[in-house]
Amino acid sequence: MADSKALPPPTPFLKTSRTDAWWIPSLLTFLGLGFFLVYGTWAILVGKNYTYGPYISPLYGLELWGDSPHALFGARPGFWPAWLPFTPGIFIAWAPAGFRFTCYYYRGAYYKAFWADPVACTVGEPRSSYLGENWFPLVMQNVHRYFLYFALALMLVLAYDAVESTQFEDGFGLGVGSLLTMMNVVLIGGYTFGCHALRHLLGGRADSLPVGFKGACYDGVSACNRNHMKWAWASLFGVLFVDMYVRSCAMGFIPDLRIF
Amino acid sequence: MPQATFRISRGDSATHSEFKDYAVEISEGMVVLDAVHLVQMVHAPDLAARWNCKAGKCGSCSAEINGMPRLMCMTRLSDLDLSVPVKIEPMKTFRRIKDLVTDVSWNFRVKEKIKKFKPRPADNADGTWNMAQRDVDRVQEFRKCIECFLCQDVCHVLRDHQKHDEFIGPRFIMWNAALEMHPLDTDDRLKELKDDNGLGYCNITKCCTKVCPEHIAITDNAIIPMKERVVDRYYDPLGWLWSKATGT
Ligand code: SF4
Ligand code: SF4
Ligand code: FES
Ligand code: FES
Repeated sequence: MADSKALPPPTPFLKTSRTDAWWIPSLLTFLGLGFFLVYGTWAILVGKNYTYGPYISPLYGLELWGDSPHALFGARPGFWPAWLPFTPGIFIAWAPAGFRFTCYYYRGAYYKAFWADPVACTVGEPRSSYLGENWFPLVMQNVHRYFLYFALALMLVLAYDAVESTQFEDGFGLGVGSLLTMMNVVLIGGYTFGCHALRHLLGGRADSLPVGFKGACYDGVSACNRNHMKWAWASLFGVLFVDMYVRSCAMGFIPDLRIF
Repeated sequence: MPQATFRISRGDSATHSEFKDYAVEISEGMVVLDAVHLVQMVHAPDLAARWNCKAGKCGSCSAEINGMPRLMCMTRLSDLDLSVPVKIEPMKTFRRIKDLVTDVSWNFRVKEKIKKFKPRPADNADGTWNMAQRDVDRVQEFRKCIECFLCQDVCHVLRDHQKHDEFIGPRFIMWNAALEMHPLDTDDRLKELKDDNGLGYCNITKCCTKVCPEHIAITDNAIIPMKERVVDRYYDPLGWLWSKATGT
């Protein structure tokens, strides 16, 4: 059916007739995601300085086991092998990491920035073979909705953390850290509630869109979905920023400012 | 009158082509198609270019301007850097017939294979149906398509990997979506989408959405929802159990 013999040969890698700075978006994605990966992995593996007063770093979110007063089930669990370094972050971090890794927006972005498939539209690619998401391994991206279920549960955890962030030793209060923790809930909420899989499950899957309350939810999700990319970046850097803030307070680099 | 140079790809096949520079006088309000017409008038009466409406509605004048797939009639010279030659090439994803004209008939053959609209019996005695406005709006977005095939041209699955035999391209995934989401339609195209039409080849890099002159959210509103419906049926065991248990 194709006239592929009559088609021009594929454009060589990185060649294009484009005259604009086509490499900038992918470079920014590469740097942004790369930085997050390196910093996030380090911040989770160090396993300390992730709480300060009523605050907990969103990278740890829910501390199941650990040494801080936030830990739900107390100190390091007995089943943890003695030789394996312990970090409370590891019990939770896989869920948001998997959620973002399989997110439709991030997929498109890192296929471009990390895999050059393509680096930018109409720019030549490095490989001639192509499997897309049709086959293993990328067909596994279809698990995205399962990560969504965990991400929705984690929204509750983050909301709980936000409430907790106002419970100081001397009672109810508000610090810069509390505000940041609340901002984080909004940003992660905007991202999570704009998920394509959620949009589908809430009504997109049917040929007749929902009405009433469910219809309003569908419309809300669609509204967040239209800016999914912006929410994705804002929430990613939000998490980083709050972690850095809590960490800097915990390490004594900066004082936490109390508003009241 | 100021002048601008247009570097136009000339030739009658993919393998025989060369760029030729043409300088023409330009004036305010001109679009690239005007410049091409001037080149035809002044320098090269044999330059082949396809066009029809000059209003961005017939989808005939698709080409690549400075490397980006665009409608020549909707690309204003004032939006281009005229201090250097403006490059105009035919769409790369289709066989070139001559100069800027390509043979896009592959698209029509693809479309023919997609299952046609199959409405349920009429809802009313006068042979009409009832549809909710929001359901109409959802599929109406896809109806804005003018079949310029710029999205097909830019999609790397066709453009670079030349999977014309296995992948139908964004325009026709969207055509499937328009039928699949249609509340009156009773047919099912998911198996074909997954197995024959290569939906999984799309890696959601959104180049199609970027070039669409009708600003249709092809990837977000058509392709990803189709991917999600395919997940429902083929990749979601828990969802399958749930719908069995609840009968939904
Ligand atoms: S989003 Fe999919 S269909 Fe659109 S250009 Fe990219 S790979 Fe092609
Ligand atoms: S979807 Fe947009 S780019 Fe693709 S053929 Fe239709 S109008 Fe052209
Ligand atoms: S699509 Fe981005 S979070 Fe689901
Ligand atoms: S001439 Fe009709 S779209 Fe350009």
